[in-house]
Amino acid sequence: MLRYLSKKLITLVLLLFLVSITVFSVLFVLPGDPAQIILGINATPESLAALRADLGLDRSFFGQYFDWIGKLVVGQSHQSIHYKMPVFELILSRLAVTGPLALMAMVFAVIISIPFGIYAARHQNQRGDVTVMAFTQLGLATPEFWLGILLVLFFSVELNWFAAGGFPGWNANAWGSLKALLLPAFALGVIRASILTRLTRSSMLEVLREDYVRTARAKGLRERTVVYVHALRNALIPVLTIMGLQLGQLLAGAIIIENVFFLPGLGRLVFTSIGMRDLPVVRDIVLLMATAVVFVNFVVDLAYAYVDPRIKLR
Amino acid sequence: MTACLLSIEELSVGFHTPEGTARAVDRVSFSLDKGETLGVVGESGCGKSVTSLSILGLIPSPPGTIESGCIRFEGRNLLELDPEALRRLRGREISMIFQEPMTSLNPVIAIGRQVAEPLMVHHGLSRSAALAQAGEWLDRVKIPAARRRLEDYPHQLSGGMRQRVMIAMAMVCRPKLLIADEPTTALDVSIQAQILSLMLDLKNEMGMSLLLITHNLGVVAQTAARVVVMYAGQVVEEASVVDLFDRPFHPYTQGLLRSMPQLGARRSGGGKRLKEIPGIVPAITETIAGCRFAPRCRHAFDHCRAKAPDLFSVGVGQRARCWLKHFPERRRSDA
Repeated sequence: MLRYLSKKLITLVLLLFLVSITVFSVLFVLPGDPAQIILGINATPESLAALRADLGLDRSFFGQYFDWIGKLVVGQSHQSIHYKMPVFELILSRLAVTGPLALMAMVFAVIISIPFGIYAARHQNQRGDVTVMAFTQLGLATPEFWLGILLVLFFSVELNWFAAGGFPGWNANAWGSLKALLLPAFALGVIRASILTRLTRSSMLEVLREDYVRTARAKGLRERTVVYVHALRNALIPVLTIMGLQLGQLLAGAIIIENVFFLPGLGRLVFTSIGMRDLPVVRDIVLLMATAVVFVNFVVDLAYAYVDPRIKLR
Repeated sequence: MTACLLSIEELSVGFHTPEGTARAVDRVSFSLDKGETLGVVGESGCGKSVTSLSILGLIPSPPGTIESGCIRFEGRNLLELDPEALRRLRGREISMIFQEPMTSLNPVIAIGRQVAEPLMVHHGLSRSAALAQAGEWLDRVKIPAARRRLEDYPHQLSGGMRQRVMIAMAMVCRPKLLIADEPTTALDVSIQAQILSLMLDLKNEMGMSLLLITHNLGVVAQTAARVVVMYAGQVVEEASVVDLFDRPFHPYTQGLLRSMPQLGARRSGGGKRLKEIPGIVPAITETIAGCRFAPRCRHAFDHCRAKAPDLFSVGVGQRARCWLKHFPERRRSDA
């Protein structure tokens, strides 16, 4: 376990290093001068040069890179060019929206997909299965933003149950904040649920044909135990992988949905920051996303080892 | 003096396939007394496994359906039991051991729990009490350091050990009938004998009946008192073990016996080649007017191909599905 952890940690550091180099290079060659954007097209060359020096943009590639990484390593935050506040604070405040949003979306996805996937598998090719499969097809074909708009139209405009968008903030109004995340999380969850339902179904179908399921029945176990204990645990292994990928992806921010619901999340932050050439923000967010993906994969590995004793963490 | 425990009467099982309904089991009848060991022999696909699975109601449906017949266990027709009553019978009064110990145990559940489960569900034992008994049973099936292995998973055990676990799991509730479907086929020869004798010891100790399904006549010779030979979904011969080996009636049974390798045969018989049965088993979707074995039978004549024979009595307690009973002159002498 300790060896496994240290191996993961080394991988993480190496990966972050590669990501940092890539992000930095891409942003370095990206056209669009942050100083120019801040000062506008009427700025004098002198003021532009002064601002560039101020932002450290006049330094060499490596000079700028080490300036960035050096500060990160000692845990010091850069200043956002546009928001004029420490990047860490900025990211943390946005993560307070994106984190819960991603988790809620996954909760929706899991509580929809697992029962329906099992149901469909147990009624293969019967009416219930065909109906579930038709809905997953629909869920897969529906663009997130469109589903989001439909949800707003119905639940916010027609029924007036939710606000049509915006986010009051956890401290100001916790309940309102939770409610604000409900519709976007559902919109995000539906597509993931469609994928997971299909995966659970096919995985379950395979497992239900296994000899050990027949053994479980031959022992006289209740059908419930056969399906939810003997079959499901085996069927979950491939499903976990995809769940992990989905969660990592969601933590990286859902740009489109956050825009539809006017949520101040990471996705929107990175979107506006790229537009503003707010390079310190963009760089740190991309690094954070990479870390999130690696971290979620690590959690999935732990879950594997828990579900399947044949998998040893080495 | 002995009472009938299980009797299968005219059982037919069909499977729906795109090519039509395939009759995997065709009007099969046999019975098993209390404490008796009955061997069911036949090659792959002859319907012996399907027959045994139908006893426990484990035929996958769809595509399989039991078309007709009845299966009586202590007088009750199992085919008429509701699913819940049948479930309570499984693992408690009738247990089953399968061919593949590698895949028949759940890979993600500790073996102790798997052995303990029948006790929990049928006898309402608590988990710890059931696990304690499971430990005793693992000990009884001679798993070394049994109590320390309760937390082990199947992948940590060898094939022979896994089959011992399967046996323990089948026995914990002391069933009246044990169905063993090719219990030794997947094991090394040296392990096969151990597993067989273990099963027989436990059977005698507990006075239960054993339905032993196998393609291996050697296994039958060692264990069973009576034998049913199946071919292409039908019973073709039934006899006591002694009669079957001494004077097999059906040409298929004779073929099976001739195709058995014998130790020392080369030396005494002057290096004779092993005899095979020519041809292949007919596909179960084929409809055959006459005897199903006729295309492969060297004694077959017109009548065999025109009309299907019944099971005729050919001796004391011996029956065979063959026209040679009524046309003995058609039997050709061994070439």
